[in-house]
Amino acid sequence: MKKRITNWGNYPEIESNLLSFRDESKLRSIVSNEDSFIPRGNGRSYGDASLAPTTILTLHFDKILAFDKEEGIMECESGITLDQILKVIVPQGWFLPVSPGTKFITLGGAAASNIHGKNHHAEGGFSKHIVDMEVLLESGQQVRCSPVPNPDLFEATCGGMGLTGMITRLKFRLKKIETSYITQKQIKAENLAEILELFDKYHDYTYSVAWIDCMKKGKNFGRSILILGEHARVEELDAGQQKEPLLIPGKKPVVFPFNLPSFVLNKFTIRAFNFVYYAKNLKKEINNIVHYEPFFYPLDTILHWNRGYGKKGLVQYQFVVPLHRKDGLIEILNRISEKGMGSFLAVLKKFGNHQSLISFPIEGYTLALDFPVRKGVFEFLDELDQLVLQYEGRIYLTKDARMKADVFWKTYPHADRFQEIVKQYNPGFRFRSLLSDRLLITK
Amino acid sequence: MPTALILGASSDIGLAIARKFAQEGYDIQLGTRDPAAISSTQSDLSIRFNIRCSLHQFDADRTASHEFFFTQLNPSPEITVYCIGYMSQGKEMEDSWEETEKIISANYTGAVSILNIVSRKYASQKKGTIVGISSVAGERGRQSNFIYGSAKAGFSTYLSGLRNWLYPFGVHVITVKPGFVYTKMTENLDLPSLLTASPEEVGRAVYSASLKKKNTVYVKAIWRWIMLIIKFVPEPVFKKLKL
Repeated sequence: MKKRITNWGNYPEIESNLLSFRDESKLRSIVSNEDSFIPRGNGRSYGDASLAPTTILTLHFDKILAFDKEEGIMECESGITLDQILKVIVPQGWFLPVSPGTKFITLGGAAASNIHGKNHHAEGGFSKHIVDMEVLLESGQQVRCSPVPNPDLFEATCGGMGLTGMITRLKFRLKKIETSYITQKQIKAENLAEILELFDKYHDYTYSVAWIDCMKKGKNFGRSILILGEHARVEELDAGQQKEPLLIPGKKPVVFPFNLPSFVLNKFTIRAFNFVYYAKNLKKEINNIVHYEPFFYPLDTILHWNRGYGKKGLVQYQFVVPLHRKDGLIEILNRISEKGMGSFLAVLKKFGNHQSLISFPIEGYTLALDFPVRKGVFEFLDELDQLVLQYEGRIYLTKDARMKADVFWKTYPHADRFQEIVKQYNPGFRFRSLLSDRLLITK
Repeated sequence: MPTALILGASSDIGLAIARKFAQEGYDIQLGTRDPAAISSTQSDLSIRFNIRCSLHQFDADRTASHEFFFTQLNPSPEITVYCIGYMSQGKEMEDSWEETEKIISANYTGAVSILNIVSRKYASQKKGTIVGISSVAGERGRQSNFIYGSAKAGFSTYLSGLRNWLYPFGVHVITVKPGFVYTKMTENLDLPSLLTASPEEVGRAVYSASLKKKNTVYVKAIWRWIMLIIKFVPEPVFKKLKL
């Protein structure tokens, strides 16, 4: 059925022929009959990564195929969401090896974006935890790949934005947990220098991320709250929690009811929000035990929070600069605070050195923030791109909706090799998206 | 653990009903024409819900096999859900007789054949629940799908009679009329969202109806009123409508 669709940022919008499948034979017939297409999971990438004139929807392809409760290895069809996986594994004492900021993404999307989480510095990106996967190529052939057989297909599929083929099955390793709780430490940092020091000081924590105020200038420039966490052990829980240490909550999320008019978000309301967010932590340091849901997925409690940015939508800008280019982070943050266009929530994180062929993370600092789509935003982001380029950084494709092709080719050093592999497995460029066309990967 | 038999397990509604009953702790038997095609559903249900799930070859058209099919089930299921349905792929009056017969057999004769067998067994053991997924299309014949509609009308009438016949034995029969549902059957239609249920809603409605021993269930309550209005349109007017 033809329908107008967008991804999470509500920008851009495209009319797409949506095709569903429930089993592999139907999928093969779609791939052999249609001209070109891109797989689409739950539409939680922000920009145009899973948009194309024909999209193959994976959400009905959501079966769990195997779960080894002793070893913690699970195999699923690619359209299952992390939300559904958590409901099955947590009561059995297992957890996702990598959690992004929302649990409403599919497993196939997690691999195609090679997602990272708060534990990237300690445990790497999602691809590090994949045992193997099966990819349906445009030829109709189904190929199993892993770091050992077909390593080139594996490398180009992890973070490859669906351009090598359709991931159909995926086997991955889980992480053992004793409880579904997190021991959390929050520390306030007065400014950017302090937060960067804190990241180094608390490097041994499994999970770390900082919320940062991008509007603040002067001596409080870059004031932040560092959020650290470890999976709690049973003896750390209180008596009530200990009765059911692997509890999963049943409450339904609240739905953001409508698109806010875009004037609601402006310098003043954002400053006020940031002020309250920072001030709510009265003490310098807070230590407590929280459930994994608010720790990992704070925004999932409000379904469709993206509607807060109004009808025109938002673009999320996430870049990373290498460790030795801290000056780049400072300069870019400076430009953002001067411009005053930024968002409620900006997230700062230090990545570890787990890299792969085409994936986004490199060892260094990543900053993610939303910009409501409005006049002047695209020009401003183009300026920021030039700084990212100058400071040897790059931009996260899963969030991107607007980067120019030359920036991509200059900032992703293995783009040539990636394209070569894509050509080998997807020679007709029949797997293609608005993103891959825009970045001249499939052109 | 009680066991639920789902006939038509490869459909979206069948899957959603199976998932709901499995979530509530039922072991599940899946009856379908091509069991190999839904082996992933078997692993999914047993892993997700920690229950036992088995696959069984069942073909509504092959009525001669039904007696054997049901007697070999071990354990014998406490609840049987018939959710097989088949609609014309094009325009009903342009279909071959073979296609028309397929519609009648999936929606009516096949159902009567298997549910007669199930009913006799449930009557003799004086317990059991039967659920039939019928359709609002059975409430009045319309030019767009009256072959399907008449088969579903027959099925609904059969279920109400069966309910009456089984009542003295303490066996309960539920008729479900889902209205529009987002499934692979309706994937290419632009359905009005207020009138359209998700398969999961159908699953929940069937489970709750089985607990509360409801007789006829409209998954979206509004369909009861819509059909009431449609049934009240006088025939001299109705025959001129394009529905």
